[in-house]
Amino acid sequence: MLALLVLGASPAFAQKKTPAKAPAQKAATTGVPAAVLLKGKSVYTQSCLSCHQADGAGVDGLNPPLGKTDYVLGDKTRLINVLLNGLQGQDINGEPYHNVMPSQDYLTDQQMADVLTYVRNSFGNKASVVTVAEVKAVRGAKK
Amino acid sequence: MKNSLIRPFLLSAAIAGSFGFYALNSKPTVVADPNNAGLKLLPGFGALVVAETGERARHIAITPQGNLYVKLNRPTKDGKGILELKAGPTGKATVTGGFGNYGGTGMVVKDGYLYASSDDDVFRYKLDAKGEVTNPTQPEKIITGLINRHQHEGKSIALDNAGNIYVNIGAYSNSCQVKDRQKGSLGQQNCPILDSAGGIWQFRADKPGQSYGAGTRFATGLRNVVGLDWNAQSNQLYVMQHGRDQLHDIFPELYDTKQSAELPAECMYALSKGANAGWPFLYYDPIQHKKILAPEYGGDGKKEADPKYLEPAVAYPAHTAPNALLFYTGTMFPEKYRNGAFIAFHGSWNRAPEPQKGYYIVFQPFKNGKPSGQWEVFADNFAGSPANAIAGHPDHKPCGLAQGPDGSLYVSEDKAGTIYRIVYNQK
Repeated sequence: MLALLVLGASPAFAQKKTPAKAPAQKAATTGVPAAVLLKGKSVYTQSCLSCHQADGAGVDGLNPPLGKTDYVLGDKTRLINVLLNGLQGQDINGEPYHNVMPSQDYLTDQQMADVLTYVRNSFGNKASVVTVAEVKAVRGAKK
Repeated sequence: MKNSLIRPFLLSAAIAGSFGFYALNSKPTVVADPNNAGLKLLPGFGALVVAETGERARHIAITPQGNLYVKLNRPTKDGKGILELKAGPTGKATVTGGFGNYGGTGMVVKDGYLYASSDDDVFRYKLDAKGEVTNPTQPEKIITGLINRHQHEGKSIALDNAGNIYVNIGAYSNSCQVKDRQKGSLGQQNCPILDSAGGIWQFRADKPGQSYGAGTRFATGLRNVVGLDWNAQSNQLYVMQHGRDQLHDIFPELYDTKQSAELPAECMYALSKGANAGWPFLYYDPIQHKKILAPEYGGDGKKEADPKYLEPAVAYPAHTAPNALLFYTGTMFPEKYRNGAFIAFHGSWNRAPEPQKGYYIVFQPFKNGKPSGQWEVFADNFAGSPANAIAGHPDHKPCGLAQGPDGSLYVSEDKAGTIYRIVYNQK
């Protein structure tokens, strides 16, 4: 009797399944060339995805999300410095994240500009591009 | 001899007594929710939602009277880091109190005390005959000043039957690189992290104010242990290690993303004093069934590690994050579960771009205090759907386990803060 109940419960449950969330990968409409976004996505996949995840949503308590945060959408110098120096122990949108983000300074200025432009125009974000000159200036100031 | 003659007699008297009780009192009893709380269970088992705390519920503990204590990862808005819940006759519980203005993970009831850990300290509270904490604002701080560098910061705890408490001090690093998680960075020589972390420390359970000097490094070479429990049959501490992350990110020339998703195994270890499980110098490869030298220390994915290190007792799928271990000693569940282990897997993130995995409770059979036989998923679908699990967006992330006085299995989780109770109801 109870076994029947258990069996009976599973199809009912399956019907309640919510559809999988559509990945937030809409191309930006800010006039960012598709080729730049494509290059940026390729760097993202190689260097960022395993922690920040394919949809940029991050991981609770470990790796912060990249959608709609001041860190991504705000001051570009600060954002470039996150890639150059890494980040640890900073609350993002009031939440702590415990994993260490290592420095990504092995990326070229071009790769950094592409991936930051991609991140600023993906996952529901829409913000200005990051140029190679901007990355170069911040990296130069660091030395 | 006498006992064995009397026992069947007492047992039948007890059974007769309980039938009488139920016949005379048509009180509501604990019943599973019609949908088994959304879980997928094995035949004969049912589940109910005990409470929705809405908090990040880490580990849980139950007194012999059935009072449920929940350790929160961070305190509620009004400063309660431990919640007390009491269940009514149907099993549904309400929050009846709270105290302890600190976040943390560890929560254990043992011999009249409630033990709780922050990320730096371990406290204990006296329980009275009703299972109530008598000193909520003035616990004894039994252990203090443990290293907390915000990575693997949870201080999970377990107690043996000889007055000792065991504390996980997780390594504040992924693989002891010179630059943590940095692509290509090599391992620090002799890994100095191991002096104060990356292991299990043993302290006295009844002595206030102990720090490193008063404790013993019981076992080392364990990156981070969130689930641990004392096995009373083998008189041994068993722990579940969270294996290292990011083999592909750090050494892309040696590991592709698929290998990185399947390596290394999440391992169960049986510890004796002085054990060394080998982190960060090795990881366990569940495909080759070998301890492999870590690439940070000269490994290439094939070279084997020094055989002196402890062999895992069981290997589970990579990155699935075992957050609780419980040896089941109750009699509600069928015989095969007795003295076996339940393991709560919090679920993965470091399998991306491969599908994520975990978010379930596993049963690992044991015989005479040793793992024996194949493990199985005992309770699944905490994620809410297979799609949620694959995408790494679960509704619930199992984190804590406790055994109720009647043998029910309680599960806490730190995504939505749901407390579950799993019961066996087949006669």
